[in-house]
Amino acid sequence: MPKVDLKAIRKTRPDQYALRFAFGGLITAVAGLIAVRFGPVIGGLFLGFPAILPASVSLVQDHAKQDKPEQEAKKEAGDDSLGASIGSLGLIAFGLTVWLGVSYVQFALLLVLGGAVWLTVSISAWYLFGGLRK
Amino acid sequence: MRGMGEFLLRFVIGGVVVSLLAALGDVFKPKSFAGLFGAAPSVALATLALTAISKGVTYSGIEARSMCLGAVALGAYAFVGAFFVKKLQLQALPAMLAAMPIWFMAVLILYFALLAGKN
Repeated sequence: MPKVDLKAIRKTRPDQYALRFAFGGLITAVAGLIAVRFGPVIGGLFLGFPAILPASVSLVQDHAKQDKPEQEAKKEAGDDSLGASIGSLGLIAFGLTVWLGVSYVQFALLLVLGGAVWLTVSISAWYLFGGLRK
Repeated sequence: MRGMGEFLLRFVIGGVVVSLLAALGDVFKPKSFAGLFGAAPSVALATLALTAISKGVTYSGIEARSMCLGAVALGAYAFVGAFFVKKLQLQALPAMLAAMPIWFMAVLILYFALLAGKN
């Protein structure tokens, strides 16, 4: 069963938040530019680009290293990336929902619906894979 | 000027959405569950919403279809990254960066197999 640990937020330094903001903002802006230059078919591919995953996985390792041995910290970081791999199933479901629903559902509502589908599919897949053995 | 304004708007909205969803992922344990947020549609939400306003919903729909292939490539990339870090015990950041060509290769293969030449 997943648990919430609010103290984890305080472990992240301001510069680490800034890095995520910069990477996230940059890839969003660049994806827009790519779509303008090469069209939506190629531009859309970059909406699945792992914008901040390297930084996030590295952050997990850094945090875990504070109170765990190196090997255990790397295991946690690897688990984070494995979780993202499972989460990509949810992202596919989000994309399918928006693509197939665009002619039928008001767009703002469709994005909310897509978000709900992403969350449902991601969590279901995580449980289906046995919580990746926790 | 309008192009620069749109670039900055995308940068700010994308940065905020990505940061919020990443921070949300931080609070969950175990880390395999928190990792689900590493594949959150954060860039997609910001981009699709802004594109729908500027170019129309049909354009956003086409982007969403392509995004499905980008997401498959993300899954492959994250799986290989996890293998590098967890099994080979490489340092996280260099390992994840070293695995990045997997995303580009996967997305190229999928694009040419399924989408090339389509509108």
